[in-house]
Amino acid sequence: MTSPAPSPSRGAPAPGLGRPIVDARGLWKRYGPLAVLKGVDLSVAERELVFIIGPSGSGKSTLLRCLNRLEEPDDGSIHVDGIELLSPRTDINAARRRIGMVFQSFNLYPHMTARQNVMLALRKVLRQDRAQAEAVAARALERVGLAERMDHFPAQLSGGQQQRVAIARAIALEPRVMLFDEPTSALDPELVGGVLNVMRELRQDGMTMVVVSHEMAFARAAADRVVFMADGEKLEEGPPAQIFGEPRHERTRAFIRQIDRH
Amino acid sequence: MEEFAFAFLNGDILREAWPILWQGFLYTLALAAITVPLGLVGGVVLALLSTSGPRAIRLAAAGWTDLFRAIPPLVLLVFLYAGLPFAGIDVGAWGAVAIGFFLNTGAYYGEVLRAGIESVPRGQMEAARSTGLSRGQALRYVILPQAVRNVLPDLVSNTLEVVKLTSIASVVALPELLFQARQAQNATYNATPIVAAAVAYFLLLWPLVRLISRLENKALAGR
Ligand SMILES: Nc1ncnc2c1ncn2[C@@H]1O[C@H](COP(=O)(O)OP(=O)(O)OP(=O)(O)O)[C@@H](O)[C@H]1O
Ligand SMILES: [Mg+2]
Repeated sequence: MTSPAPSPSRGAPAPGLGRPIVDARGLWKRYGPLAVLKGVDLSVAERELVFIIGPSGSGKSTLLRCLNRLEEPDDGSIHVDGIELLSPRTDINAARRRIGMVFQSFNLYPHMTARQNVMLALRKVLRQDRAQAEAVAARALERVGLAERMDHFPAQLSGGQQQRVAIARAIALEPRVMLFDEPTSALDPELVGGVLNVMRELRQDGMTMVVVSHEMAFARAAADRVVFMADGEKLEEGPPAQIFGEPRHERTRAFIRQIDRH
Repeated sequence: MEEFAFAFLNGDILREAWPILWQGFLYTLALAAITVPLGLVGGVVLALLSTSGPRAIRLAAAGWTDLFRAIPPLVLLVFLYAGLPFAGIDVGAWGAVAIGFFLNTGAYYGEVLRAGIESVPRGQMEAARSTGLSRGQALRYVILPQAVRNVLPDLVSNTLEVVKLTSIASVVALPELLFQARQAQNATYNATPIVAAAVAYFLLLWPLVRLISRLENKALAGR
């Protein structure tokens, strides 16, 4: 925690960085007879941006959703910022303030303006008074470039703007890690850039991030590490140059060839 | 024609019956002011129980809802008022009305609200919980407001039916509008008080009927 140095070693979680922000071990998740996660480990160091890629149904979303316990793993352990997430003694609501999440379909509250969307948890979870929550929400919306749109309802915003409000809603709580589940998949191509720019700025500000996405160019440019998943297992991981340039597994190679064609 | 006017639109009779009709009207307003909130509270509780919580509780809530939607409210009311005393329980006329409407109306509101809650996408709850809101907070601030908005025409419609249904309180001798109109009719041997009661109901409920049409048109246009 005391080392503010930017990680020069763009690779697997460098042991020199101190304890990881996210440390998941041996995660199992089954739906009936179907094992969706088969003993997955995932460790994310402070300030690290980890990209998770893999074919549809490989368990990427499930893994991400276990990390804030939207999904309950059947087995394994998860530590986030030192908190034992799966322990029955853990106050999950308190823990979730430290874990921001952004969804593919934005999931903004349609009956609230952009600012109210951001304010709700500030008021009800952090118990800020109205004036303070308004100021914090305004700052978060400015950060994602939506200062002018604060009083718009989600229906009055483009998909890209909605997703940026969703990011503001999460970062306003000052989480220790942000989880993104295909944040740009539901967007028209011309709106993707705006969201990726916000994510790039977050990374520059030192946010720890786990991103499930098919934006390979973004992964190449911004990720510290890329994790390839298939059939509920982590098949390989490494710096983007390695995973995209010289993947070890045939399945990784096939997947990347297929994605690159798009 | 004259006979018709004498029997149904008799000004002298109306003047004579006016005070007790007015009193009945006030009772009807009071009944509505009690039964609608009671039903809504029961409905919210039932809707929450039948959409969240353990499976056994969801099933129990669904069964409860079915039961009290199937029992005619008049039968329920008579049982509470005239049946329970045989078990030594006397809830009185107001008690019978309150309990009966809580059970019957709550079941109807519960069905409407359950549909409303189920119309809210799952991602809304997930987004709310991911920011650290408790389940109860998420329901209160995120899910229920949307649920109510999605079924507003049905909720208002149901409310209209509840207000009309308050006239069954006349069978347990609560002096509401219908009861008073019948008293007046019996006293005057004239049907004008009944016509006056019908007009009063119309004037009370017509705005609700208009509101429902507007909400339904808006819902259609929003589709
Ligand atoms: N609630 C559920 N009940 C049953 N099966 C589920 C459930 N949620 C996910 N699954 C299954 O688990 C597997 C992994 O799903 P997951 O959403 O994690 O995949 P993914 O890698 O995110 O895929 P995609 O790229 O399509 O989003 C899939 O086969 C899916 O059908
Ligand atoms: Mg997914």
